[in-house]
Amino acid sequence: MARPVQYNITKKPLETPISYAASPDGFLGEGFFATKLSDVVGLARKNSIWPLPFATSCCGIEFMALMASHYDLARFGSERVSFSPRQCDLLMVIGTIAKKMGPVLKQVYLQMAEPRWVLAMGACASSGGIFDTYSVLQGVDQVIPVDVYVPGCPPRPEAILDGFMRVQDLVANESLRRRNSDRYKDLMSSYGIQ
Amino acid sequence: MPLTNEIIRTKVIEKFGDQIVDWSEPYGMLTFSSEKDLNLKVLQFLYDQPELQFRFMTDLCAVHYPDNTGKEIAVVYHLHNLVENVRIRYKIFTNVEKPDVFSASALFEAANWMERETYDFYGVNFIGHPNLKRILNVDEMDYFPLRKEYPLEDPQRTDKDDEMFGRE
Repeated sequence: MARPVQYNITKKPLETPISYAASPDGFLGEGFFATKLSDVVGLARKNSIWPLPFATSCCGIEFMALMASHYDLARFGSERVSFSPRQCDLLMVIGTIAKKMGPVLKQVYLQMAEPRWVLAMGACASSGGIFDTYSVLQGVDQVIPVDVYVPGCPPRPEAILDGFMRVQDLVANESLRRRNSDRYKDLMSSYGIQ
Repeated sequence: MPLTNEIIRTKVIEKFGDQIVDWSEPYGMLTFSSEKDLNLKVLQFLYDQPELQFRFMTDLCAVHYPDNTGKEIAVVYHLHNLVENVRIRYKIFTNVEKPDVFSASALFEAANWMERETYDFYGVNFIGHPNLKRILNVDEMDYFPLRKEYPLEDPQRTDKDDEMFGRE
């Protein structure tokens, strides 16, 4: 007999017919709402992340499951996945990256426009996974800076969604001056990126 | 009359005599080997002969036997007769210091990339190959990974320690 399901077994009724995004803290008045610019920008950006699924191997199947109707990623604003780095916000590195593929991945990352985030999905992208060999890059963070790592081989779609929500937290709380700060510039130069 | 291993063996011995040695049939697949300089002649004979017609190359790979001094690297050709559905295996042995073998890419198109892969992983130099360079590994790699003296693990890795990984 199949192993019993551990997730999604209690049926939860719908709380509200439509869901609202929580508004940021601010001062509400007659016909105006005053808040911080970074909060509003963060709210807009986090609910409309366009990912680029850089899918190479088995984790790609779990990503396909994620985009399908059961574990919908489009609920989180990623209705449109772009396959062009010029138009995407989040680079999802899904699957094993070989050493020969490393420069290609770096090239794709360089073509992305700021602000950009990277999510390393799966054990192979995070650390080489079970492929501890001469030909596999032991972790994609050897070539590009990564924001969120999602471990698993492959990670369940719920786990990827959890990683995606962490990226959303990063996006929402990002300071507007972060990309010009010295610390960010030092990070980029440690990867050899101007 | 269906093609059997006996018929193939008689025909090959008729043409080449004692130059073909080491006849065996592991799991029913006829296997033989010869000196490495004869490889193109044998392959051409197996291709042209109207009763044999081994016109499909299934695989071309190499094996490294570090203990057979003088004949360390074996190059193995797997051929298939599509008409009669018969497979054979042909092996040649070469030295590890100077692994030169004539390229079969003029006879079989499939041999082109398979020989590049064999060069990439074992260092076998195929003479007459149109474009012998690395195909699956990084171009700057300076060693041949599948030879027995090199480990599987990544040599540049710095964070593996004894406690977590046992034998390291």
